[in-house]
Amino acid sequence: MSDAEQSTGATRGRSSSRAEKAARIRELLATEGEQIHGNVSVFNEGRYRRYAELDETEEYRAASRRIKEESIDRLPELIEEVTATVEANGGVVHLAEDASEANRILNEIVADAGAETVVKGKSMTTEEIEMNEALADAGVDTYETDLAEYVLQLADESPSHIASPAIHKSKAEIADLFEETFDPEAPLETAEELTAFASDQLADRIAEADVGITGANFITADTGTLALVTNEGNARKCIVTPDTHVAVAGVEKLVPSMEDLSPFFNLIGAAGAGQDVTAYLSLFTPPVETPAIDFEHPDVEGFGEATDREFHLVLLDNGRMAMREDEDLRETLYCVRCGACANSCANFQEVGGHAFGGETYSGGIATGWEAGVHGMDSAAEFNDLCTGCSRCVDACPVNIDIPWINTVVRDRLNEGADPSTFDHLVDGLSPDSESSGIGLGKRLFGNFETLATVGSRTAPVSNLVASSSIARRVLERVAGVDRRRELPQFARSTFSTWFNAREDVTIENPTRRVALYPDVYTEYIDPERGKSTVRVLEALGVDVMVPDVGGSGRAPLSQGMVTTASESAEAVAEALTEPIAADRDVVVIEPSDLAMFKREYERLLPEESFERLAGNSYEVLEYVYGLLEHGADRDAIAGPETAVTDSSNGERAIAYHSHCQQRTLDLEPYTVAVLEAVGYDVVTSDVECCGMAGSFGYKSEYYELSVAVGDRLRDQFTTDDRDERIVVASGTSCGDQLDSLLDRDSKHPIQLLDPVQQ
Amino acid sequence: MSGRVTRFEQSATQGPTTVDRIHADEFDDALADVLEGPAVGAPLPFEGVSLPQDVTRNPTPRELRNARIGVTPVGPAVADLGSVVVRSGAEGAEQISLYPDTHVAVLAASDIQPTIADAITEIGARVASGLTSAVLATGPSGTGDMGSVVYGAHGPSSVHVIVLEDR
Repeated sequence: MSDAEQSTGATRGRSSSRAEKAARIRELLATEGEQIHGNVSVFNEGRYRRYAELDETEEYRAASRRIKEESIDRLPELIEEVTATVEANGGVVHLAEDASEANRILNEIVADAGAETVVKGKSMTTEEIEMNEALADAGVDTYETDLAEYVLQLADESPSHIASPAIHKSKAEIADLFEETFDPEAPLETAEELTAFASDQLADRIAEADVGITGANFITADTGTLALVTNEGNARKCIVTPDTHVAVAGVEKLVPSMEDLSPFFNLIGAAGAGQDVTAYLSLFTPPVETPAIDFEHPDVEGFGEATDREFHLVLLDNGRMAMREDEDLRETLYCVRCGACANSCANFQEVGGHAFGGETYSGGIATGWEAGVHGMDSAAEFNDLCTGCSRCVDACPVNIDIPWINTVVRDRLNEGADPSTFDHLVDGLSPDSESSGIGLGKRLFGNFETLATVGSRTAPVSNLVASSSIARRVLERVAGVDRRRELPQFARSTFSTWFNAREDVTIENPTRRVALYPDVYTEYIDPERGKSTVRVLEALGVDVMVPDVGGSGRAPLSQGMVTTASESAEAVAEALTEPIAADRDVVVIEPSDLAMFKREYERLLPEESFERLAGNSYEVLEYVYGLLEHGADRDAIAGPETAVTDSSNGERAIAYHSHCQQRTLDLEPYTVAVLEAVGYDVVTSDVECCGMAGSFGYKSEYYELSVAVGDRLRDQFTTDDRDERIVVASGTSCGDQLDSLLDRDSKHPIQLLDPVQQ
Repeated sequence: MSGRVTRFEQSATQGPTTVDRIHADEFDDALADVLEGPAVGAPLPFEGVSLPQDVTRNPTPRELRNARIGVTPVGPAVADLGSVVVRSGAEGAEQISLYPDTHVAVLAASDIQPTIADAITEIGARVASGLTSAVLATGPSGTGDMGSVVYGAHGPSSVHVIVLEDR
């Protein structure tokens, strides 16, 4: 086969796998999306409510984080300690290196107990090792007793959520399932009837079972106590009813002592499902003294004397000890599997864990789990669904940098990808130092800055060429750029060119001095918002300069191109050293670039360099807020009386969509405050993300998901009381998304303040 | 102390839990008010308080499964959340609090702690001296898995706490 044939084949392979992925997402949007969105939104809102209500939320998060760091650091020692403690208590500890060893051990325990049936509490770890199947192979029936897991077992489906596994099933579907399976005498309709029916069925299974198997949320090494966080009470029954109890837990569940549990207990119900606390926080130190109940002898008094109980703790490695040695994946082991990252994820809310998940785990943190326990292929299936919006960072009760784990895994997947001979076509446009195997689409999006430079230099011809239907078809097939998306239009003249060509502006006795960061979008696509920023800052008495500096590395980082992003970070840090040394504040218009400076650069730059830049950088409206607070003249900038908008002149009402990463940096309130200070009436969106997320919404396999996420935002801005409001957005891609969804154009907030209205 | 009881009552009754504040000498009447159908119980360790004859101690498996009401002592409790701790040993308080439809939890006011952390500290001390089963229970068992929130999944569908204000 010739090279040309090979490369055509490779390209066709890519575009067809994109089409398959798009079809799968389309199907889930239609079948499970609404159900998942309804359930997950309730959890998400509940978490916001409870986190806000508690004075100590951040204290608990920091304490939980510290305890997990310590536990994983001391893990080998804790494993030894818990082994000694549990055995002194009268239990047996088994260390299983991988899934097959764990299943072999479990089969032995079950065989020794002479068990015919096993009842089980919810445990993702037993899903991970596919325990039920392994026990079935040995002729033992395992019954799931958690009601959600029970539904999935009957339906033969996989979990769609790490903490609420049947979140994709509606009441009607469950009713149909029970109807088909059991043909009950009276029809089951209400949630109460379904619950009562299922728990009756399971009460019999629990009564006759010989062994109860559960997971554990935490295990204290000092006392050998299992902590279980539950609501239904089935795990309690599985533990205390049969005389043999087996707990299967990943080694990362160990914490040093009982005292370590309270920060987790205070937050885990809220983090997971917005509960103040779950119904049961159980602390069993097995073998428990509570007598087993022998339902085979129903009339023999059982209580009053402890029975002989057997307890086995199966501690599972299955890749965890290697994750512990992996600087970037290690944080995954701090996960308490509450599901907050899934609940707070705009993409997850639309498709759930059947798209945003691997073999067992789902949601943002699943990339780390799947890469660690099942391998890169499983992580590769869904890793792209994390857009790096960072909303989960505020949600995670242990402060895990989940977007970073996703970025690192993406980078590793890029490195491991098969090189394609087709990539030389864009080599000129993608001068990165990434491995040649990285996908063409990723390189195109990752090197957007270079593309923008060329595009801007050759505009408007480049815009016309890029928009032609042939170009769009090629772009879609080769690079996966969805042809339904409007492409960004490159400006003929860049922001810096405008700034440098201006007549010298001298601000007498400037209050502050600013280096205005010319981000790629302001520079090449939307210079107007840069011009507005310069005029607003100058009107408020600030001396402005625009440094000669390139892109922040956000675009390559979003594609997992960590090396390229690091190079950008170093170049930006170097270019901004001098202005900062000369006492200039760095002002940033694009929130995703500011988030690079304040969050991701911590991973990419030496500490001193990161802190200098992060400590001196401000989002533009945050900066304006500070100026006004320190006495700058509000009347020097425009307000509703003077601003001219596309929709109407003198309109006071604004619908504002902040940017996901801006929210994570807690910077949304400044924009709202400034707009209100100059006289606007502001309402805000409360979606987690606009759905565009940089390049995500341009990709053909994700276009429909992006639009589904965006539709939630559109719905919020098209209600009767909002559809006349001026649409304002801080992020470029949020603006693009809003422009495509609404029939009125969006503005950057700084443009409403511009004293020179165009 | 009564401030802590009030706080406990407020927190507990935000959910479906009911709370009755009484003195120890009113216990028989307070319990009789809520006994309905077959009842099982674990011995109550509070001075001047004991289970009446119609509450079965050391129930058989059949009696446990058929019981409508399970009476157990609880403690510590958490004022901030309205939670009670079911401690269990050979008398089977764990199962007695879990199998019947209603859990009647008897609590000494002096066992109410302000926070989870305080309760955990106390449980930790008891575990060190041999306690093997402690469940911090807040309200009845529940599930959202069947389409909407339902109380009474595998555990009790209602919880009634009798607080002995003078104990």
